[in-house]
Amino acid sequence: MKAAPFDHHAPETVAEAAALLAEFGDEAKVLAGGQSLLPLLSLRLTRFEHLVDVHRVAELHGITRTDDALRVGAATLQAEAEHDAVVAAAVPLLARALPHIGHFQIRNRGTVGGSLAHADPASELPTVALTLGATFEAASVRGTREIAADDFFTGTWSTALAEDEILVGTRFPVWAGRTGYGFAEVARRHGDFALAGVAAAVALDADDRITRVAVGMLGVGATPVRAGAAEAALLGTAPDAAAVTEAARAGMAALEPADDLHATGAYRRRVGAHLMETALGAAIEEARRG
Amino acid sequence: MAEHHIRCTVNGQARRGIVESRTTLADFLREGLGLTGTHLACEHGVCGACTVTVDGRAIRSCLMLAVQAEGATVTTVEGLAGADGTLSPVQQAFMDAHGLQCGFCTPGFVMSVTAFLEANPDPTDSEIREGISGNLCRCTGYQGIVEAVRLAATRLRAAEVGA
Ligand SMILES: Cc1cc2nc3c(=O)[nH]c(=O)nc-3n(C[C@H](O)[C@H](O)[C@H](O)COP(=O)(O)OP(=O)(O)OC[C@H]3O[C@@H](n4cnc5c(N)ncnc54)[C@H](O)[C@@H]3O)c2cc1C
Ligand code: FES
Ligand code: FES
Repeated sequence: MKAAPFDHHAPETVAEAAALLAEFGDEAKVLAGGQSLLPLLSLRLTRFEHLVDVHRVAELHGITRTDDALRVGAATLQAEAEHDAVVAAAVPLLARALPHIGHFQIRNRGTVGGSLAHADPASELPTVALTLGATFEAASVRGTREIAADDFFTGTWSTALAEDEILVGTRFPVWAGRTGYGFAEVARRHGDFALAGVAAAVALDADDRITRVAVGMLGVGATPVRAGAAEAALLGTAPDAAAVTEAARAGMAALEPADDLHATGAYRRRVGAHLMETALGAAIEEARRG
Repeated sequence: MAEHHIRCTVNGQARRGIVESRTTLADFLREGLGLTGTHLACEHGVCGACTVTVDGRAIRSCLMLAVQAEGATVTTVEGLAGADGTLSPVQQAFMDAHGLQCGFCTPGFVMSVTAFLEANPDPTDSEIREGISGNLCRCTGYQGIVEAVRLAATRLRAAEVGA
């Protein structure tokens, strides 16, 4: 099917884009890579009079590293981030999650900011952002503000961004010391949206005791969620395999994945516990080698 | 309704056209430029039949607006064969290894595989399957396609060594 008519705007600065969004209000939508928005328009599941295409806004492109954070401009292609050596070194969890997004042709158009702003509960990048505690930078005609990951994802396909706000960039914290990361997901076929997935990060002290741990899940709720019970069970311990299994069980027991067309909640719970064990095990293993 | 004048390079030739905002790159190629080798099936990003390369990257032309291709370099399946009609190594391998039956999906596969092998000239079988996972085929059962990718990879590497 074809999309209903709309006007395409191609601003070159954040200020111009923000002014367009302010002018057109709820008749306008930001267009980035179009890999989620254009299918919705083509299927006529949604309709906007104006698309504000941010691709030509230079300020939204690029990846920069500071001591404690990696900043990814919102319009940076998923494929660019996936193959960027700075990303792989600074935030390995992000680099490992990226190849799970769709197919390479999708990542060649899809943007990092588009995936975060679209906030599909089964998508990888929102889970990585929540797990690591990323900070979102937003801009509108009213000025700029920062939003913490804990406050950013508000529901299925919804975020704390206001209708007239543009996501400018996202800062992912860089973990220091003996750290390790794991990412695991299950999808029906390669490239499909995941049924469930887990992102895990750990930091160890010299005695292999866990000093910092973060576990996030996708596909088990309306938003990405942290598995707080698993984190609490592991923090301060030097867990053996049985303790990791137990922590994953506890982490999953505290969550209530729903039934849907693709899988039952019971299936997600079982597979989720297993994925959490796998991701945590890999993260701890990697940190011990560090 | 907004109309846009666009210019881009398609298969090595400078092309221009007037499009609506909502016109996809796929529709511009097919209807505006008569390049009907780029096929359309789902028109919402699922099947990969519409794959072309834009500035060297394989993308779905049903999920890109024609206005977004302003200034870009686009290659479609019509741009792969030599001027004398000699098939590209990937096209030839699809023919030789029975990588097609009805052929509807083939332009998309050929474009995806061409880009895939440029990035990964010596793929494992599982990398090949991942590489073609964004393209659907309703006829072949994929075995012939995987075989065609292997054959193309081998021939391209041999040509590389020979060059
Ligand atoms: C076949 C297929 C398979 C896919 N599989 C996966 C998958 O497995 N995992 C996954 O995570 N995704 C998947 N996707 C979606 C893909 O990752 C999209 O690229 C992504 O969700 C949206 O990014 P985009 O740049 O394409 O944004 P668009 O489609 O252009 O925009 C998406 C939404 O975000 C908003 N938006 C975009 N940028 C900004 C900004 N800077 N500021 C404010 N709002 C903004 C738009 O207004 C829109 O509402 C798949 C897509 C397809 C077609
Ligand atoms: S027609 Fe473009 S992906 Fe199906
Ligand atoms: S050969 Fe018929 S769809 Fe692939």
